Amino acid sequence: MTTFVSDTALVFGRYARQTLRSRTQILFGALMPLLYLLFYGPLLTGVPLAPHGGSWQVLVPGLLLQLGLFGAAFSGFGLLIEKQHGVVERMRVTPVSRLALLLGRVLRDAALLVFQAALVVLVALAMGLRAPLLGILIGFGFVAAMTVSLASLSYALAMRVATPQTFAPLVNAVNLPAMLLSGLLLPMSLAPGWLNALSHLMPLRYLVDAVRAAFVGDYDGTAMRYGVLVTAALLVASVTTGTHLFRKAGA
Amino acid sequence: MAVISTAGLARTFETRHGPVHAVHGIDLTVPAGEILGFLGPNGAGKTTTLRMLTTLLAPTGGAATVAGHDLVRDPRGVRRATGYVAQSGGVDPTVSVREELTTQGRLYGLTRSQSTARAEELADRLDLTGLLDRRCAALSGGQRRRLDIAMGLTHRPAVLFLDEPTTGLDPGSRADLWDTVRRVRAQWGTTVFLTTHYLDEADALADRLVVVDQGRIVAEGTPAALKTRYAGSPDASLHDAFLAITGRAATPPDAAPVAV
Ligand SMILES: Nc1ncnc2c1ncn2[C@@H]1O[C@H](COP(=O)(O)OP(=O)(O)OP(=O)(O)O)[C@@H](O)[C@H]1O
Ligand SMILES: [Mg+2]
Repeated sequence: MTTFVSDTALVFGRYARQTLRSRTQILFGALMPLLYLLFYGPLLTGVPLAPHGGSWQVLVPGLLLQLGLFGAAFSGFGLLIEKQHGVVERMRVTPVSRLALLLGRVLRDAALLVFQAALVVLVALAMGLRAPLLGILIGFGFVAAMTVSLASLSYALAMRVATPQTFAPLVNAVNLPAMLLSGLLLPMSLAPGWLNALSHLMPLRYLVDAVRAAFVGDYDGTAMRYGVLVTAALLVASVTTGTHLFRKAGA
Repeated sequence: MAVISTAGLARTFETRHGPVHAVHGIDLTVPAGEILGFLGPNGAGKTTTLRMLTTLLAPTGGAATVAGHDLVRDPRGVRRATGYVAQSGGVDPTVSVREELTTQGRLYGLTRSQSTARAEELADRLDLTGLLDRRCAALSGGQRRRLDIAMGLTHRPAVLFLDEPTTGLDPGSRADLWDTVRRVRAQWGTTVFLTTHYLDEADALADRLVVVDQGRIVAEGTPAALKTRYAGSPDASLHDAFLAITGRAATPPDAAPVAV
C-alpha cells in the first residue's frame, strides 16, 4: 500500500514537473473558458436562466465542466507521443503498479484543471459572479473527479490507437455531443421535452446540474445526489478500464 | 542453474487478415551468467519473444520462468529481476538524462539517494557523465543507445534483455558496448539475453547462440559449434553458417559490413 502511494507520487511528480516546465500549457488551457466569460457571459446577464440565482451562477459551472471535458479528453495525446518514444513500454516493464502508472498521470491532469478552474472563477468573480465558497469548492471537486474519469478513458483510448490522426477525431466525436447534450452552455431546463429527455442519457448532464446546485447553495437536493452517484460510477468504470489497458495493451 | 526457462512459449496475433503466428513454441534454457545471442532474420519473432519474457505481452501458449518467477503468475517478480532495453529505446526527448536515470531507479524501488548515486555511477561507467544535464533529444545516436542501456541497468537486474543494442552505432561504439556488456556480466553475474543482426557481434560477445526463423528455434549452440556444424569448420564464418541455417543472409538494417 505504501509503495502504491509512493509509486503514484513518483509518476505524478514526473508529469507535474513536465507541466510546470510549460507555462503556456498551463495558461492556454484556461483560454477558452475565459473567452466565454468575457464575450459570452455579458449576453446572459439579463436573461432569467434558472429559478434561483443569477446568470453567472448558471454559466460558470458549465464553463468549469467544459474546461474539464476538453482538458481531460485530450490528455491521452501526451501518452500517444510517449508511446511513440517507447516511454510507456519502458514504464510497463518496471514493477510499478499499473494503477499507479495511470493515477499518477490523471492526478496531474486533475491538479492542472483545478488550477485553471480557479483562474476562471477568479475572473468570473471580477465580472459579477456571486456564489458561496463551499459551492465553489464543491465545483472544483466535480472538476477534479470528472478529469480523473475522462482522462483515464482518454489514456485508455490512447493505449488502443496508434496515431494522433485517429485519436483526435474519435475524441471530438464524443466531446461535441457530450457538450451539447449536457447543457453546458445553457441549462437543459430551457430545452423542448425530447431534447431534455435525451440529455438525461448523457452522464455529464448530472454533473453540470450538481455544480449549478452547489453554486446556489443547494447541497442536499436531488441534483447533488444524482451528481455524486453518477460521478462515483464514472470514476469506478473509467479508472478500471484505464488500468486494464495499461496492464494488457498489446501496442 | 537456469535463469530463464521456457516451454512451448508461443504468441499468435489476431489481425484483420487472420492470425499471425509470430512465435511458434520456443523451448529454451539459459543458465545464470550466460550471454545468449538470439539471432534470426527480420520478422523471425525475436522482439515478440523478448516482449513476452519481459511481461509486456501475454503468451498465447506455453509457459516460462524468469529468475525463478512465473511469467504469468508473478509478473511483478519478473519485472523486479529484469531490465529491458527495447529495439527503439524508451527515453523522453524533452526530459534530461539525469532525470530519466533517477526516475528509472525510483520506478524500480530505489530510494532517492540510491537512485541519484546509481545515476552518477552508471553515467560514469557508460561514458555519459558530461551529458547528465542535457535533454535526451540533444544526444547523438550512440549516446542515446548508451543511455538506453544505462536505463536497463539502474536496478542491477539479474537478467538484462537487449533488443538490437548496437544497431546504428559506429564500430568503435559497438566495441565499447561489447566491453560494457562483458564488464556488467563479470561484475554482477548478470545474465544477458541479446538480439542482433551483426554476426561479428554475436560471434565476439555471445557464449551461445540461438537462431530462430519463422517463430521456431532452428539451431542452437556455441558460435564454434554452429560454424563447425553448418559451415564445416570452427574457423568458417558465422555468416556462412547463418546462410546455411536460414537460407538467407543476415541483413543488418543499415547494411553495415558483416565481419568475417
Ligand atoms: N502487434 C502485432 N500484431 C500483429 N503482428 C505482429 C505484431 N507484432 C509483431 N507481429 C508480427 O510477428 C512477427 C515477428 O515480429 P518480431 O517483431 O518479433 O520480429 P523480429 O524477429 O524482432 O524482427 P526484426 O529483426 O525485424 O526486429 C512479424 O511477422 C511481425 O509482423
Ligand atoms: Mg525485433
